[in-house]
Amino acid sequence: MRRFLSLGLLCLLLLGMTLNAQAQDAETNNPDDAAALELLEALDVDSYAAKGEAITAILQSDDERARDWLQALLDGRLQRTDDGRFVRVLDNRGRDWPVADVLTGEELGEMSRRDLERIGINNNLRNQLRSAIAVVDLYSPSVERRRTSAERLLGEVDAELVPILNDLIEQEEDDQVRYRLTQAVAIYRAEEGEMAGVEALDGSLHPRSRVALSRAANSDDPVVANAATAALTGIEQQLKINRGLETLYFGLSLGSVLVLAAIGLAITFGVMGVINMAHGELMMLGAYTTWGMQQLLPGQPGLALIVSIPAGFMVAALAGVAIERGVIQFLKGRPLETLLATFGISLILQQLVRTVISPLNRTVITPEWMSGSLVVNDALSLTLNRMVVLGFALVVFAGLMLIMRRTRLGLEVRAVTQNRAMARSMGIRATRVDIMTFALGSGVAGLAGVALSQLTNVGPNLGQNYIIDSFMVVVFGGVGNLWGTLVAGLSLGVINQVLEPWVGAVLAKIIVLVFIILFIQKRPRGLFPQKGRAAEG
Amino acid sequence: MTALFSAYPSLSKRFSTVSTSKRLNRRFASALLAAAVMGASAQAIAQDDDPIKVGILHSLSGTMAISETVLKDTVEMLIEQQNEAGGLLGRQLEAVVVDPASDWPLFAERARELLDQEEVDVIFGNWTSVSRKSVLPVVEELNGLLFYPVQYEGEESSENVFYTGAAPNQQAIPAVEYLINEVGIERFALVGTDYVYPRTTNRILEAFLKDEHGIADEDIMVNYTPFGHSDWQNIVAEIRRFGEEGKPTAVVSTVNGDANVPFYTELSNQGIDAADIPVIAFSVGEQELTGIDTGPLVGHLAAWNYFMSVDTDENYDFIDAWIEYTGDDMAVTNDPMEAHYIGFNMWAEAVRKAGTTDVDTVKDAIIGVTVPNLSGGYAAMMPNHHITKPVLIGEIQDNGQFDIVWQTPSTVAGDAWSDYLPGSRDLIADWRKPMECGNFNVVNGSCGGSTAAEEAEAALAE
Repeated sequence: MRRFLSLGLLCLLLLGMTLNAQAQDAETNNPDDAAALELLEALDVDSYAAKGEAITAILQSDDERARDWLQALLDGRLQRTDDGRFVRVLDNRGRDWPVADVLTGEELGEMSRRDLERIGINNNLRNQLRSAIAVVDLYSPSVERRRTSAERLLGEVDAELVPILNDLIEQEEDDQVRYRLTQAVAIYRAEEGEMAGVEALDGSLHPRSRVALSRAANSDDPVVANAATAALTGIEQQLKINRGLETLYFGLSLGSVLVLAAIGLAITFGVMGVINMAHGELMMLGAYTTWGMQQLLPGQPGLALIVSIPAGFMVAALAGVAIERGVIQFLKGRPLETLLATFGISLILQQLVRTVISPLNRTVITPEWMSGSLVVNDALSLTLNRMVVLGFALVVFAGLMLIMRRTRLGLEVRAVTQNRAMARSMGIRATRVDIMTFALGSGVAGLAGVALSQLTNVGPNLGQNYIIDSFMVVVFGGVGNLWGTLVAGLSLGVINQVLEPWVGAVLAKIIVLVFIILFIQKRPRGLFPQKGRAAEG
Repeated sequence: MTALFSAYPSLSKRFSTVSTSKRLNRRFASALLAAAVMGASAQAIAQDDDPIKVGILHSLSGTMAISETVLKDTVEMLIEQQNEAGGLLGRQLEAVVVDPASDWPLFAERARELLDQEEVDVIFGNWTSVSRKSVLPVVEELNGLLFYPVQYEGEESSENVFYTGAAPNQQAIPAVEYLINEVGIERFALVGTDYVYPRTTNRILEAFLKDEHGIADEDIMVNYTPFGHSDWQNIVAEIRRFGEEGKPTAVVSTVNGDANVPFYTELSNQGIDAADIPVIAFSVGEQELTGIDTGPLVGHLAAWNYFMSVDTDENYDFIDAWIEYTGDDMAVTNDPMEAHYIGFNMWAEAVRKAGTTDVDTVKDAIIGVTVPNLSGGYAAMMPNHHITKPVLIGEIQDNGQFDIVWQTPSTVAGDAWSDYLPGSRDLIADWRKPMECGNFNVVNGSCGGSTAAEEAEAALAE
């Protein structure tokens, strides 16, 4: 794919400049629509070679709508109606699509799919179009577009393009675009075995640079080859460090999911001693709340997500109160029956969602600010959705610690769990504390569900996938200890991600489970066992 | 008289026995004929009241309900259409629906129930390979007919099963050839869910890539994940590094079910664009994409034998009928639905040809039956119980549909036994007389015979 159509690229470049020049000297020089129609007619042929020529012709035309046409063609939205008009499909969902005339821009209302004929392209044309649009975009006033197209040119530069890029580098105002363009030229030079290119690429972590350097390392010129080899060794070292950091990040982010899932359980199971098998379904309720909010606030997924944080908490907390009042309070001190009863509740909740909403997974949209990744350098970028969840987990943990340590509720919870009779004789209403504690634990599960809706599928089975992991983390961390849950969750996440590249996802999970079983044999009370009187309770 | 005979096959059968007995004198023959006509028409009337039973064996609950429920609806729709058009052999069709609940051993029990108690004439059903293996010994023992509509790993041909989904040579192999020849891919990451279909398919693909295209060991990466896997960060990072070595790289995905959603999300979050590392999927169709925001996936590929976006009148009619049947304006159609459409029409055609729903007669009559598919061509039933299909490669679009970028010039016949696996390349299946064998070894000239029971046991033990 490298250096595809070197001549084509050059001519694209030239026409990019004409486009630009034309846009500069005459803002609206709307050429005859008949000529434009002729250009488009040429696209409606069977032969892909003829289509390629038609694309070139469009690029060379002075028409300012050319980029829009090509973009529509690339997206498969440039279509032709039965009566021969060229239209752009505005929304291609359902059976009838709204369309607009590409020449006049006039909206023509909805048309049936049957009456539209798509102008088809194949992969070669697609590449040609993408490169054409990239080169045209180098002259675009939008910095974003220039950055994207400069990045696309890495490793795609050929001899004809070098002087043009050099000119552009001098004119370019944006540092990032200039850096990319310089790098693109350097990659070309290094591949040609020029010393200047090799020197410029020293320390660059971009994969294309590495490929160019490894080619230069096989160069006939021993000086260049040695320099390239040295540069490669340095880069490999850097990459190793970055890779380690990446694995750590993956581990922490998986760990944060585990912490979120387990921290509510650490309260209901750890502090209250209730084995709640419906904990996963409370998370599911939180996730469905997010989906529901997005349905209520269409078009604003970000706002909906933020609103779902308190909403998810409330929904799950209320469900928790219902479970506590309806079932668990009657089964106090009978763990086996509690386990069975809550397992039954979890099945009921799952089936309820299946019947009322749908057995199919629901689509939860990820807001713009959570998609993509934060680019640290060319070899390390941190995915944003995971980072937000990691931060969210820490905030939830801190909030929970605050409640348990600094509020009256926290004090009462600790008092009741340590010595119920004594706490009651001191005037604490133990039943009310039970309800509040269970609601708190359930609400936190709801929060976990809100976060999980951004990472995994929102469906009736969501809870089941996390219930075992949650218990695992709580038991490993030490029952009744919130810090233990945090440390256990994060460390299990890191261990899992360190193992995964070696042994695969399936085996990594098994090894972690075996490790925990062995660990519990040695230290039955987990990482951070409770000390003192609480431990005997 | 001829019209009467063709309308009442049982009568024509009786008449032929009568006419061939030359020793009977004419008078006696005509008396017998009169009696036969009366008896047959009485029986025909009874048959009119007695509908043809069509069993539907798809999970309506459990993990596979997502995919299988629409197939149940498809068969019900086809039955409804057939009844509106006057039924089959003058009889109405009746659907018998059972729910095996995504529980593999339960599939066998339900199949037994359909054949033994309900006495259905044909079964349309199954999705996962393990459920098919579980049903296999039952349909062979009770001599039923099963139409299986899903793309699968091959290495099987049963006397009682008709495979209307794609065999590996109708999906996986052409898809990889497309990547090599049209896209210029030199490195392959084979990523799949950890069960029999991805493992067998990847074994075939590995052998194919190495033997036929000389791809080196280090240019093939294989990775398996459990069902419903959601933490893809590390695997996607590995794929990214694998693709950064300078050679054009593609991912061949046999990831099944809803694990695809977090997989594709992670791909787009880590900035892997279809232009850099395209992912070609064998188990992601329109139905699966309804649960995904397809914006970031634009340009990734899928290989099937049908896409909803196929631009033919047959397809638009099918879509219209489906939307009307479901009452959902956004309802989508997919490849296994087309497979049921073809399978159902083939069975109906074979019944018409045979003039009876008798399993043995239909089984022989269906070989060679040709019916239109939805992509403007024809599907024919081959002697190995697989059908001919075109292979289509589509690119995901932002509306959850596929844009067809490549297709085979003609249809491809399904191959039960892969040519790329040792042990399997010498086997052929041919259910016509006199061979009548699903695994005939052309080297030593012997038939392996049915191993349905052992296969079912092995699949269920996993």
